[in-house]
Amino acid sequence: MSDSTFEPRLVVGTPSNKGSQRSLLFPQPDGAAVPYEVFSSQEVYTREQERIFRGPVWSFLGLEAEIPNVGDFKSTFIGDTPVVVTRTAEGLACWVNRCAHRGAIVCRLKRGNAARHTCVYHQWSFAANGDLQGVPFRGGHKGMVGMPEDFDRQEHNLCKLRVDSYRGLLFATFRDETPPLPDYLGAEMRPWLDRIFHKPIVYLGCTRQYSKSNWKLYFENVKDPYHASLLHLFHTTFNIFRAGMKARSIPDASHGLHSLITVTKQELETDTAAAYSQQNLRSMDKGFALEDSALLNQIREFEEMTTNQIQTIFPQLVVQQIHNTLVARQLLPKGPSSFELVFHFFGYADDTPELRELRVLQANLVGPAGYISMEDTEATELVQRGTVRDGEKHSYIAMARGAPEQTDTVITENLIRRFWVGYQKLMGY
Amino acid sequence: MTKLERVQLWAEMVELQHRYVSALDNNRLEEWPGFFVEDCHYEIIPKENFDAGLPAPIIYCRNAGMLRDRVLSLRNANIYEEHVYRHATSGMVITSSVAGLVTTESSYVVVITNQAGESSVYQAGKYLDEVIQQDGEWRYRSKRVVYDTLRVSTLLATPI
Repeated sequence: MSDSTFEPRLVVGTPSNKGSQRSLLFPQPDGAAVPYEVFSSQEVYTREQERIFRGPVWSFLGLEAEIPNVGDFKSTFIGDTPVVVTRTAEGLACWVNRCAHRGAIVCRLKRGNAARHTCVYHQWSFAANGDLQGVPFRGGHKGMVGMPEDFDRQEHNLCKLRVDSYRGLLFATFRDETPPLPDYLGAEMRPWLDRIFHKPIVYLGCTRQYSKSNWKLYFENVKDPYHASLLHLFHTTFNIFRAGMKARSIPDASHGLHSLITVTKQELETDTAAAYSQQNLRSMDKGFALEDSALLNQIREFEEMTTNQIQTIFPQLVVQQIHNTLVARQLLPKGPSSFELVFHFFGYADDTPELRELRVLQANLVGPAGYISMEDTEATELVQRGTVRDGEKHSYIAMARGAPEQTDTVITENLIRRFWVGYQKLMGY
Repeated sequence: MTKLERVQLWAEMVELQHRYVSALDNNRLEEWPGFFVEDCHYEIIPKENFDAGLPAPIIYCRNAGMLRDRVLSLRNANIYEEHVYRHATSGMVITSSVAGLVTTESSYVVVITNQAGESSVYQAGKYLDEVIQQDGEWRYRSKRVVYDTLRVSTLLATPI
């Protein structure tokens, strides 16, 4: 892609249009005050598509385990641009899902297997790598002329993107100068991805949620360990013992857009299921107790017994390990005031039947109906509705602001502040 | 089975389903687990996973205790906007009836009304049920709720 796509586009038109191309004011340099306009402005959204999703970032597309065989493909999005990622005999390929002829969607299926993709409108056909292969009536028909003399098939391939995989996670970027994927992920984040993706995985399916709120509100949410025990009352209500946990809240060192949150049981228990059922589910004053706490079991599978690992890789991925559920959450903006969240569930190829069953059972904890996650979209929608006006007013994000280097806590909003500083830089605000 | 017996069994399956739907649509969630036997299976799963043979559900309970836990959590722990469901069901067919186990398939549409009073189609899908008799009442041994609708709007609290 050319450099021109990175530069903020000049608005060509009436003076009033030009006047609206103002820069947003973030009143605090450390990201502690975010103008509400960023959550609903069409202008901000359009700029994000150019400067973020088509900018120098790697956007998460899905898991290699979704397209294991040559010819397998899936349709998805980078920002709101439809793309297809597929496996060819030569390797991975990703292209914008838009015919080089008249702009129609070429691939109309969500998933499948195909060696070539043909646009239904005029049957222009493309190889899996995006090369134009066939144009009907190119040479004319029954004496009628076809395409012009200077028609060069190679100039009309699909728009191909750089695509790469890190331990089975698929990413693509529109830009040539985006750093290599491992560098983009960074030294702080890679070990934690290595930890989750340390052996072959198996895809278990996806669930999808649609929220009537801005995509960045979800990013705030997954960088916000402060809300966890306050919004999600499942553990508290059922008196599930959570004290004595060790925590990490670590931003990416270079731009702050990625982050890692972990919560770890400190005692070395091999059977936390027993611990939960013996100590932690005992009812207190209100008498609420789970009849069947099996979904809170945790079978040890990592050296460090993290109950939660929530890792965001900007701008479209959140990797999650909660007990034994493993999920790659894909975040897709759908206009300024809505987003889609796709929970891609997976296990390991060598799971025992017991462990696989537990992973599926713990799908009850997360996703659209999750015991400890259903409130997240409720909260982001409350912010969306609350901030519809007064775009110049701003939030107040100050928890643990006095200790920006502190990482061993969950009572902090540091990751959110770091996110907004990185966002401002990318957006030129 | 004679035609009359078949129609009578069909009527009993429809009657069970209507009582089930009535409990969900009228905020009698506490009655919901009672439509199942103790050793039951309840699941809500998107069609795309069901069709691909992939297991990821949005709700999965493997006994009636887990159903009661779900109700207890909805009543006391989870935070969501108040809403009302209206189930419309159709297309009930008995797909088999062997040794006291009846399997049925039927379609549903759920219209949700939110706090602002707006009604919208929340989900369309089908029920795949296994029904057995216990203490003289038909109860679900298994209910698989397979939704066609691609995405869950905001969240799913009340069961389908």
